[in-house]
Amino acid sequence: MTAFTGTRHLMRLILRRDRVVLPIWVLLLAVLPASYAGTYAGLYPTAAERAAYLDSTASNPSIVALLGPVFGDSVGALTVQRAGLLVLIAALVSVLTVVRHTRTEEEAGRRELLGATVLGRYAGLTAALLVTYAANVLLGLLIAGGLVAAGLPGAGSLLFGAGLALTGVAFATVGGLAAQLTEGAGGARGIGLGVLGLAFVLRLAGDAGGSGGTGGKAEWLSWLSPLGWAPRGRAFAGERPWVLLLPVLFAAVVALVAYPVSVRRDLGAGVLPPRLGPATAGPGLAGPFGLAWRLHRGQLLGWTVGFGLLGLVLGGAADAAGEAVQGNEQIAEIMARLGGTSALAEAYLGGTLSLTALAAAGYGIQAALRARAEETAGRAEPLLATAVSRTRWLAAHLLFALLGPVVVLAVAGLTTGLAYGLSVGDVGGELPRLLGAGLAQVPAAWVLAGLAALLVGWLPRFSSAAWAVLAGCLLLGQIGAVLKLSQWALDLSPFTHTPQVLGDNWTATPLAALTVIAAALLALALRTFHTRNIPTP
Amino acid sequence: METPIAVSGLVKTFGRTRALDGLDLTVRAGEVHGFLGPNGAGKSTTIRALLGLLRTDAGDVRLLGGDPWHDAVALHRRLAYVPGDVTLWPNLSGGEVIDLLGRMRGGLDPARRAELLDSFELDPRKKGRAYSKGNRQKVGLVAALASDVELLILDEPTSGLDPLMEEVFQHWVRRAKDDGRTVLLSSHILAEVEALCDRVTIIRNGRDVETGTLSELRHLRRTSIEAELTGPADGLGQLTGVHDLRVDGQRVRFDVEDVALDVALRRLTEIGVRSLVSQPPTLEELFLRHYQAEQVRS
Repeated sequence: MTAFTGTRHLMRLILRRDRVVLPIWVLLLAVLPASYAGTYAGLYPTAAERAAYLDSTASNPSIVALLGPVFGDSVGALTVQRAGLLVLIAALVSVLTVVRHTRTEEEAGRRELLGATVLGRYAGLTAALLVTYAANVLLGLLIAGGLVAAGLPGAGSLLFGAGLALTGVAFATVGGLAAQLTEGAGGARGIGLGVLGLAFVLRLAGDAGGSGGTGGKAEWLSWLSPLGWAPRGRAFAGERPWVLLLPVLFAAVVALVAYPVSVRRDLGAGVLPPRLGPATAGPGLAGPFGLAWRLHRGQLLGWTVGFGLLGLVLGGAADAAGEAVQGNEQIAEIMARLGGTSALAEAYLGGTLSLTALAAAGYGIQAALRARAEETAGRAEPLLATAVSRTRWLAAHLLFALLGPVVVLAVAGLTTGLAYGLSVGDVGGELPRLLGAGLAQVPAAWVLAGLAALLVGWLPRFSSAAWAVLAGCLLLGQIGAVLKLSQWALDLSPFTHTPQVLGDNWTATPLAALTVIAAALLALALRTFHTRNIPTP
Repeated sequence: METPIAVSGLVKTFGRTRALDGLDLTVRAGEVHGFLGPNGAGKSTTIRALLGLLRTDAGDVRLLGGDPWHDAVALHRRLAYVPGDVTLWPNLSGGEVIDLLGRMRGGLDPARRAELLDSFELDPRKKGRAYSKGNRQKVGLVAALASDVELLILDEPTSGLDPLMEEVFQHWVRRAKDDGRTVLLSSHILAEVEALCDRVTIIRNGRDVETGTLSELRHLRRTSIEAELTGPADGLGQLTGVHDLRVDGQRVRFDVEDVALDVALRRLTEIGVRSLVSQPPTLEELFLRHYQAEQVRS
């Protein structure tokens, strides 16, 4: 028996358990790049049109910050940039998959059941890693095949597919290491996603710093980030395959740490010792609100820090964004149409703040759905069997769904204002102005949080549909104007109604209306929750 | 003193499934009442209806003299509940959960809390994720038993406890009874029910099929008879109250209801008896009979 005995059986078990989830994410991510390529080829068939698009949109610092750098105006190069978020998603799924098949199993005690059979010491970690690696490689090949089928050059297609796959491999390995460190799967996920978040912020800061994303003075930050490597392979724009050695080396180093750690600890234990808690509850933990604070505070803190950093990066890039496109009438016009004011930096700030609003709505949804998660985990029932009314219990979670967006948007507004104010030399003026602009995004986020709450109260089985609504709003906001959708379709998204507070002409009426809608949704949520069965499976 | 639990004609449907189908359940003040039934019989559904967590379709539910659906908060102040599968928050310590639940019920007795932790050998400083199944149950039990309440509703509370801890549990339930509390104990463990319960209700397919004290239930059981006869075993099968008759030459085996025992024995002596063994079935057989009837039906 070697340390790897049983790996094959465990891999088959993982494939059996993930037989639905795994093909879905691989196929979903696989079809998107080819569809981007088709869209670009259709919308901008000539080189001149693509060059104009590159100047006006693709090299816009906020786009570069979000998606990654762009290295050329070929259909392929534009597609690579557009698919930048897919690299992030592949990395995210890889971390979660590995943790789910290692630490989650151990925490649930299922690993112990298997450990008693003929199983090598490395088998568990190896099986989870190999399956995730294989999924990424398959994904990369499918992407490359799709791009070739869409008419793009083979070398670039393969390089892009490889870049995405190897980024997934790198983060799968990070997940494998994180799973060795903590006793709880939640902690392992937190560490893995924290590394991913750090990589994203590094790449974002590095890429946003340069005008157009190529060769900015902060670009070294992008080279530090495992998420910055795949785009720097420069698929379709002077390929540099050697860059892809970086994720391979990175994965190897992380694995070299993870494997010895995995055998030096006991089954079920972590490297970081589990901390003992207090033997008695503090005075704050006396009711549903005290409990909700304990359950939500970690996430809220994480989101607040994230929004603060995002605000600093985006605010700091705003002035450069304005300068980068100065003097180009056509772009100025496009930007003005997108953003609503004539000043380019203003348009940029308005655009980034509305993206921030979507993310804040994501926090609100997540906080509201926490109530549902508590219910399905069986933790609502014992509490509702005490002298706590259903209304108070649900309201405690919804309080975070409401206050959370206020906090994170206020912080994002403050840090954006601070960074932008510093770059234009007017902190005293910009800080309150952008704080106000951030807070103006709150009511639209409340509407989505309210919708999630209503689903929890009324249609608990379908409560995760709130995420689909958020995705719909994102699509309407991002491509609705480009697709020239009619106004009523755009009006479906609450974010369409948020006024451009940074401009001069705006009224508070839509904000009041959104707030009233959100309040009605919440009232309905509490009402319907009051009369349903608990738990509803 | 009002009846702590009075349920009559309770019906609860989930879609097409009829989880409770006209259930009656009465728990008297100060008694420990056993609530028995196979998996899926509707024990937990009954308890959730008693706690006002489920909306009932028909029937009447009275809990501590009130309506559990409308007066949930006020009634819950007077009871403590332990679910069959206690799930804890991974990042809260056991002690925190005990205090939280206690405070939400309106306070717990700190001296008894300490005594309970000691006798259940529970470390309250561990985080929720670090507890084993049995220790999670202990957290729920300590929180419930340390509360100053009139009624304890325990839904298979000892699943995952070892025999030593089962002893400790029984000790504390007796103490609760001595303090004048009422206990509804849903359980699968017959020894536990025999040791603790004053009265028992057995449910099957959402209906109560038997209720009474343990000695009353013993009257309901059948005695099994095994005999070797001197003549052919005629006429036994026609007797009412004789069940599961098996004849193998001159050897017979059958179960007989208490009311028909006299007639059956008379018939045996008429034929002529060479040897006879009679066995009063255990409580176990009583339950098995109900449980198996369930399996045959499904």
